[in-house]
Amino acid sequence: MRTVAVVGASLAGLSAARSLRKQGYDGRLVVIGDELHRPYDRPPLSKEFLAGTLGEADLSLETDDEDLRAEWLLGTRATGLDRTERAVRLADGREVRADGIVIATGAAARTLPGSEGLAGVHTLRTLDDARALRDELARGGRLVVIGGGFIGAEVASTAYTLGLDATVVEAAPTPLAGPLGARMGGIVSALHVDHGVRLLCGVEVKRLSGDERSEMGVPPDGVRGRVDAVLLEDGRSIPADIVVVGVGARPCVEWLDGSGVDLDNGVKCGPDGRTSLAGVVAVGDCANWYDPRAGAHRRVEHWTGARERPDAAIATLLAGGAVEPGVPRPPYFWSDQYGVKIQFAGHAAAADSVTIEAGAADDRDVLAVYRRAGVPVAVLGMNQPRLFTRWRKQLAAASS
Amino acid sequence: MMIPACRLVDLPRGEAHRLDIDPPVSVFHTEDGELFAIDDTCTHQDASLADGWLEGCEVECPLHASKFDLRTGAVDSPPAKLPVRTHEVVVEDGVIHVRLSAAAPNLPPCVAARLAGGSA
Repeated sequence: MRTVAVVGASLAGLSAARSLRKQGYDGRLVVIGDELHRPYDRPPLSKEFLAGTLGEADLSLETDDEDLRAEWLLGTRATGLDRTERAVRLADGREVRADGIVIATGAAARTLPGSEGLAGVHTLRTLDDARALRDELARGGRLVVIGGGFIGAEVASTAYTLGLDATVVEAAPTPLAGPLGARMGGIVSALHVDHGVRLLCGVEVKRLSGDERSEMGVPPDGVRGRVDAVLLEDGRSIPADIVVVGVGARPCVEWLDGSGVDLDNGVKCGPDGRTSLAGVVAVGDCANWYDPRAGAHRRVEHWTGARERPDAAIATLLAGGAVEPGVPRPPYFWSDQYGVKIQFAGHAAAADSVTIEAGAADDRDVLAVYRRAGVPVAVLGMNQPRLFTRWRKQLAAASS
Repeated sequence: MMIPACRLVDLPRGEAHRLDIDPPVSVFHTEDGELFAIDDTCTHQDASLADGWLEGCEVECPLHASKFDLRTGAVDSPPAKLPVRTHEVVVEDGVIHVRLSAAAPNLPPCVAARLAGGSA
C-alpha cells in the first residue's frame, strides 16, 4: 500500500492516522478535512469551552512534538469516491488517488426546518459553532434549548453557570430515555429542575418566531432578523433571545452516493470497520459497525468509539481483511451537567431491569446497573467514577 | 523525600493506593506484580487515576479515557497531552514507600488554576 487517504480530520481520522503509523505503515498519508482547523476535541465545546474556562489551544488533540508525516488537506470537503480510479474527489476540484481509504467524515447536527437564516438560532457541533454560541451566551438573555439530549442538557447546564435564564424543550415524555432508559433518564434530567432550569417534556416545537420579516419566509438576502420565541404545538410561546437546536446528528455520507460503498444509517461496516469495497474502511460517527454482541449493526456516536475503533479498522485495512476482529469494549460515554459527572457504558435498550446499587437518586450520586435476565448489560454512574469503572471493567470482562 | 504508602500485603494486584498529599500520588500494583507510583491527578482534567482502569502497565483515566504508561508517565491515548510525573517506589520491611520526584507536576488547567489562586 503506497498511499492511504483518511477522509475526515477529527478524532476518528486522527486516530486512524496514528494507528497507521503505529502499526508500521510507512507510505504516503493524506488527511482530508472539511474544517480549516487541525484536529480538536469536541466534548469541551458544550462545557468548558462554552463556559470560557478552556481556550482553543486546550482543545488541540495533537501534541507539540507529534509528527505523523501526513499531508493535511484542510478546509476542503470530499465530494465523491471513484472506485475504479480509487480516487477521492474534493470540492476544490482536486482528487487524491489512494490504495487505502479511511472514511471518517463524522456526523452533522440536525437542524430545525424553517429556522434557516434566523439570527440567534444555533446548533453545536464544530468549533466555529461553539465560538458563535459562546459569544452570544456571553451577552446573556433568555435561552431555549430544543432537545433534552446530552448536547442540549450540557448547553443548558453551561448557560446556567453563566447566569442565563434557560428552558429545555423535549418532545419525548422523558429526556434521555433512549440512551439511559426512562427511569434513569428521568433522574438525570431532574438535574435541570434542581437548578431552576425549566424542563418542558412531551411537547413538540411548532416553529420559531422572529421579527416581522420571518413571517413571510426567507427573504432574498437570506437574513430574517432575530428569533424572539419558540412556539410549541400546545399553543405556548416561550420567549427566547437565543435558541440552541440539539436534536441529534446525521452521518455525513452523501458524498459516497453512487460510490459502491453500502450505505445504511451511515456506512455499513463489518465488525472490524470493513465496508463493501475492498481497501475501504469506515470509523467514527459515520460508521455503522456490526456489533457481534448485539447481533446487529449499531452506529455509535461516542468519543471513545471514535478513539478506539480505528485501531481495529486499520489492522483490517493493512492486512487486507485477513485479521480476526476482537470483541470491542462495551460502548462508553460521559457527560458533565451541573457539576455532576455522568458516565454510561453498555446498552440500556437490552435491559429488563435497573437497580440502584449505590448512592441515592435524590442525592444525584447514583450507581445503577442494568440487567437482562439477571446479567449486567449496562451501568450508569452519577458522581461515582470509582465504582463505575469497576462495573465497566466487569461488563467488558463478561462480554469478551 | 520518602513517604510510606501502605503495607505491600494491603495492596492486592490490580489495585491502587492513593496518598492524600498535595498533589496526590498513587501507587499501582499491576497484575504482574510490579509496583509503580505516579501523580494521581489526570493531566487532562481533575480525576483520580487511582479510580481508573488498570490494565498491564497502563492506567486509563476513569472519566475521559486518557491512558498513561505507568513506567514512564507518557500519554498513550488522548485527550490528555502531557505526561504524568512518575515517582520511585521502594519496598522496605514489607512497606511500600514513594520517593517523590523533584520535577514539576503536570496538573490539569482547572487544578493548576485553583492552586495558583490558593497561594495568591
